[in-house]
This record gives sequence, C-alpha cells and structure tokens, in this order.
Amino acid sequence: MRPIFTIVAQRLALGLLVLFAVSLIIFLGVELLPGDLAEEILGQAATPETVAAMRKELGLDLPPYIRYFEWLGGMVQGDFGTSLASQREISELIGVRLGNTLFLAGLAAAIAVPVAVTLGVLAALYRNSLYDRAVNIFTLTSISFPEFFIAYILILFLSVNAGWFPSLSNVTVETPLWERIYRCMLPALTLTLVVTAHMMRMTRASIINLLSSPYIEMANLKGLKRSHIIVRHALPNAWAPIVNVIVINLAYLIVGVVVVEVVFVYPGLGQLIVDSVQKRDLPVVQACSLIFAATYILLNLTADILSIVTNPRLLHPR
Amino acid sequence: MSEIKRLEHLFSQGKISRRAFMARASALGLVAAAPSLIGDSAFAATPKKGGTLRLGIGHGSTTDTLDPATYENLYMQMVAGSVHNKLTVVTNAGDLAPELAESWEPTPDAQQWRFNLRKGVEFHNGKSLEAADVIASFNHHRGEESQSAAKPIVDPIEDIKADGKNTVVFTLKGGNADFPYIVSDYHLAILPSRDGKADATSGIGAGSYTLESYEPGVRTAVKRAPNYWNEEVAHVDGAELLVIVDVTARTNALTTGEIDAMDRVDLKTAHLLERNQDVELVETSGNAHYTFAMRTDMAPFDNNDVRLALKYALDREALLDTILLGHGYLGNDFPIGKASRYYAEEIPQREYDPDKAKFHLKQAGMSSLKVDLSAADAAFAGAVDAAVLYKEHAAKAGIDINVVREPNDGYWSNVWLKKPWCAVYWGGRPTEDWMFSTAYAAGAPWNDSFWEHERFNKLLTDARAELDEAKRREMYVEMQTIVRDEGGVVVPLFNNYVMALSTNVGHEQMGNNWSMDGFRAIERWWLKS
Repeated sequence: MRPIFTIVAQRLALGLLVLFAVSLIIFLGVELLPGDLAEEILGQAATPETVAAMRKELGLDLPPYIRYFEWLGGMVQGDFGTSLASQREISELIGVRLGNTLFLAGLAAAIAVPVAVTLGVLAALYRNSLYDRAVNIFTLTSISFPEFFIAYILILFLSVNAGWFPSLSNVTVETPLWERIYRCMLPALTLTLVVTAHMMRMTRASIINLLSSPYIEMANLKGLKRSHIIVRHALPNAWAPIVNVIVINLAYLIVGVVVVEVVFVYPGLGQLIVDSVQKRDLPVVQACSLIFAATYILLNLTADILSIVTNPRLLHPR
Repeated sequence: MSEIKRLEHLFSQGKISRRAFMARASALGLVAAAPSLIGDSAFAATPKKGGTLRLGIGHGSTTDTLDPATYENLYMQMVAGSVHNKLTVVTNAGDLAPELAESWEPTPDAQQWRFNLRKGVEFHNGKSLEAADVIASFNHHRGEESQSAAKPIVDPIEDIKADGKNTVVFTLKGGNADFPYIVSDYHLAILPSRDGKADATSGIGAGSYTLESYEPGVRTAVKRAPNYWNEEVAHVDGAELLVIVDVTARTNALTTGEIDAMDRVDLKTAHLLERNQDVELVETSGNAHYTFAMRTDMAPFDNNDVRLALKYALDREALLDTILLGHGYLGNDFPIGKASRYYAEEIPQREYDPDKAKFHLKQAGMSSLKVDLSAADAAFAGAVDAAVLYKEHAAKAGIDINVVREPNDGYWSNVWLKKPWCAVYWGGRPTEDWMFSTAYAAGAPWNDSFWEHERFNKLLTDARAELDEAKRREMYVEMQTIVRDEGGVVVPLFNNYVMALSTNVGHEQMGNNWSMDGFRAIERWWLKS
C-alpha cells in the first residue's frame, strides 16, 4: 500500500501549490476589474468624499500586495476574515451556503449517478438497439440545452401545470430534511438531466471498449449470460474512466450551478460568489474560489485513488 | 361626454385595450386617477387583518446590510419600509403626513424647523423615542467621515438640537421649504440611540414590523410590532421578502402561488401575465426616468443649438413603444415627473422633428454632426437599444450618432460623469428642489451635464426658501422650462413601476412616489383570505 500514500502526499502538496496559485490569480483578476468595492457599494450614490472615506475604513487605500499578504497570513491561520461589504464573518457567510450547495449537489448526485451508470450499462448491453438510441438521444438532447432552459421546462410541466413541486427552492436552516428534499427536487432534477449524458456515455463507451477484449470473448465462449459478463467481468475493469467522469461531474455540481441557483432562488455558494464579484468583495471571492479549487483538487485526488484501488495492476505495480 | 369618461366607457366595453386606455389617459394627465377606474373591488374593500404576505423582489444582494446609510436597492428599501419609521411619510395620495413627528413648523425664512415628536412611541426593543434618538439618527449620516448615501441630503443641516425630550430643532444652512419632505427619505430612518450613537446595525427600528430573521440576498421575515402607534396600517401578521432576481423565476413563483406579489414585471410578457385570472397587474407612474446626459462643458455640447438639435432628433413615442412597451410616459426634457407637486403639465410636449433639428444644427453653424453616445444596460434596461433607436431617428436629421456600448461593470464610476454623452437612470426624487439640486444645480457632484445657468440657479435658491405655494409653483414651472429648452439633458421617458399581485392581495390607491406602494406595501396591503 505504500505507493498509494506517496501518491496522496504528493498530490496534496501539489494541491496546496495550486491553491496558492489560484488565490493569486483570483486576486489579480479582481484587482484588474474596473472600479473597486467602495464604488460598487455606493453605486450611483458615490461621491468622491464617501468613496474616499469608505476606502480608508476598509483599508482599500493600501497597495495591493500588502492587502494580499495580509489576507494570506490570516488564511494560513484559518481566519477567513470578514466580508468587506457586509462586515460579517466570511466563515459564517459561507457556512450555511456551502452546506446548501453540498446538499443540492449530493441530492443531484444521488439521483444522477445510479441512473447514469444503470442507463450506461443497459445501453452497452443492448448496443445499437432502439433503447440505446433512445437513451442517447434523450440524454444528449438534455445536455445540449442550456441549464436554465431545462429548468424552465421542468418548472412549466412539474410546477405550473402539474403542481407537484414548488418552483422556488427557498430553504432555510430550519427546513426539515423531507421538506428540503421536496423543495430541492426540481433543481436536483435539472442538474441530473444536465450531467447524466456525460456519465452515461462514458459508462457505455468504456464497457463497449472492453467487450472486444480476449477475456470477454472467453467468457462468451464459456456461455455466460451477457448481462453477467457485463456486470461481473467488464464493469470492474471499466471503473477507472467512469469514476473519473463521475467525479468531474460531481465537482461541476458543486461549483458550476449558479444558473440553476438563480432560477430556483436557491441560496447556494454560486449566488454568493456572483454578488461578491460584482461588489469587488475580494475576501469573499477569494474564500469561495479557494473552496471551489479545493473541491476540484480533492475530488480529482479521490478519482485517482479510486481508479488505483479498483485496478490491481495499479495497486501492486511491479 | 368628457374625454376621460369616453375612454372609461370604451374601456369598460372592451373596445380599447387596457394599455391603450392607460396611454390615452396618461396623455390626458390622468394616470394618477386611472388605477381607480381600472381597479377591481379591492378599492372598496376594507382591509382584513392577518396572514403572511410573501413578496418576491427583483433586487437584493448578499452584500446588503441593515445600516440605513447603505440602502441602495428596492429590497432593502422594502425591508426598511416595514422596520423603520421616519419623521414624516409620503402617503399613497402623494401628500406629506406625520409619522414619528406629530407636527412641525418653520421659521418664516424656512431656515429653522421645529419637529414635535409623537409621544409614547417605542422602538422594538422597548426603548421610548426621544429627541436624542432623532439627533443620533441624523448624525449617523453627517460629518466628514460619513460614508452614507444620504450625506448630500443632510449636508445642508447646520445644526440639530433637542428642545426638551420631544422636540428637535433643525437649523439649516439656507432656507428650505421642502425640509419636511426631505426627512421622509428612506435613509433617514429613526434609530434607537445609546450615548448619542445610533444603533444602525441591529435592525431595531420604530416601524410597524419587527425584524424576525434576516439573511442578506436571500430572505427576510418580519412580524407585526405589537406596540406600534398607528392602528390604521399593518394589516398582515407578518411578511416574508424573498430575493428573486431572475424575472422568470419571480413570475413563476407568483403564478404557482409561492409569493403573493412581485415587483418589476417583465414588460415583454406583461400582456400574457395579465390574462391570468389570479393575477392583477398594477402600474404607477412615478418620477423614475431615463436620461441622456450631455456634458455642456465639452464641445459640441457647449452649444445650446446642438443640444436642441439632439432633443428634436429623437422619436420619443417610438422609444416608449419599443423600450417600455407603453409602460411609461413621455419625458419633456425636464426631470420632474407626475408624482411631483409642481409637475409642469402645461409645457408643450417636445415632438420628434428632424427639420427643427436641422434648423438648430444650422444655427450652430454645422451642416452635419457626429457624436458618441455611451450606453450600457447597467444604466437602464434597454439603454443600448434605446441608443441605437436614437441613432436611427437622428440620422434623418443629418446627425450621426455613434453608439458606444460600455461594460455594465463600473458603469457608474467609469462612464457616468466622465463620458461626453451617456445614458443615465434616475429613480426620481420626492421634491423638485431635491431633483434639481442633485443633478442640475451648478457645482452639484451629480450634475451630470456639468450645466450652469445663472437664472436657473437663482430660481433654485429662491424657490427653496419660498413658503408661498403659488409663487413656488410659478418658479418651478419656469425652472422646468429652462431645463427643457437650455439644459444639457435629454429626458425621453419616464418609466412606470409595473408590479403584479395575486388577486388575493388587497390594496388601496398605490403611492407612486416609489415602487411597491412607496416602499410601504407590507404595512399598506392586506390578504383577502
């Protein structure tokens, strides 16, 4: 098992480096945008005096590199700092929203992953059949539409016409679990439709890829059932690419759902980061970006580990 | 049959559409009266107590704070409209009424104002209202260090003193007959104070509702304040304000019954929403307007003939139909709207006239003109389209407008007040003096046309201190005429506030000073069941 630990340690160290680079890029990027927090907050109501007073109070009159290193110093000590715009603790600001985002991503994944893998396996099993074509067309169609369009279609049919689900997903901390799942159903379904195609196609492709290999031929010759061959013999060897795609999609579910959040008025991280970029609230943007970057790094690490663990050849290299 | 009666008849017979009715009625200057003609039984009904009013608001951001000095969007204005009281309030009929001040009187030069506070008023934390609270609340916006958006409004205050526990005396730097109107501004919420410092961040106020939960950019819940002084308002037990920035989401929420009312209806689909039996579309004509501000300190806009040529070179009717789809009324190149007391209806409407534009161009000694017009949708929705239409209209007068599409980000800091000619949005101001001193007085920081007019500036100062109504009106009409004919701003349109309510929501005539019943929807509306 030693190589695994080495790999994980290496990856984590690299991950930290990436996080540092991301924070620097984000900082410089926001710094390059026209206008600053004081001007954005005051909007049309800005006068030179009020802007100057606000800059001074928020420390925006300091040179950028000092602000960056002050922030970095706090970050290393686990202090996210306070939002420049609302003066609230960032950890408190992000906490609830991160929870909401993870909940929605989890719900969507809980629906999408089993559905996608099952559909993929079945599509491989009944390759080139009518079923295969239908699933392909359906999933590819749904991924080809913009998310908000799918969301509106679902709202039209399931909320406005049928009245099964609410069109708003306004959850609060106190919302009980079942109510929360019910309220999040439409955004979760939207996301499911968006991510299923990718995972389904990869499952199908990687299984079909294996079906021409000699050991499958052997199993065929032995007279095993086709479903048995695919589930027991082909799927385990196909896991590595599938897991990678699943993980990429999970990361997407966490970091890329701002449009869905807006349409369903779901209080997640995406909306927070959009608001913060608009207002040039750098500490919040930084914190959110780091969370997103860390999500990608961790999930990719998980994918690598999983593909190693599911593949004995990688697990015990000679 | 009078014109309006005839219109009313046609409308009730279904011979003209509601929109045509509104358009023609507003042509007659009757929009303020129109809602009562169009409205349903709601106007006759008596308010019913109870229930939770759920509002979907198209503004609001995670970066909002409870501090009145930072209020800048409708969402916080609505929260503040329910949680806070001011010294005075503009009623739904557009009059000034006492709120936390019971009465007020000026000295003859209108330079000193005594406000007598209402007795027995308590803040939500049980503290009694005193003169010290009022002083602290105003001082919250004053001073060199102030970051308040209301700083320009309170700057003319020289001194505030208490005279006993229940009287506050304001001494102004110059006379201002409108001062009682100014203190109704939504920033000037009266906050509880301790040791002379106002408590601006806890959300405790003296309004008809107390803050129950507040999550910026997401949702706010308020419930009726048990000891509120005015029993005629605050019909619903509580209210929930949701931030729903996406207009389609907002509309869906309303049609599926998730919310009871919304602001900012999508104008393109308003006629479809109107067909819904359970939805009532409400429109008020206020003071909010769109402008194209020319810098009169720069060539070629320093020549009044050039400015007039540009004012004549725009087909406002077409703009109203295309940009606002009829949900507004024509601007006459002055920034005073129908929600203002001294709105000069009698000044003839400026028409699209390419020949006159050419004439003025010739007067300026030019045969053709090429100018840049900066616009972005951050200025107002459809600003870029409006600029392009303007280009088409002006081409007929031999004027070549080059539309420059500016980025939305940083529009107010990088384009407005900087570029020679740009699109601007004004929410309007409750008084003429306020509007003019904000954006038309010489040297005002937001004088976006950098305009200086001696007669205008003299009238502005004189009218401010004039307590005689008739004389004031005359002065303000003259000022509107001057701005129209010599000012540096093209005012093509005033936009209506278009809201949609569930038919379950009851309301009286709606205030048109701001959107959502002058920000007071929560305490003025009720639920029928």
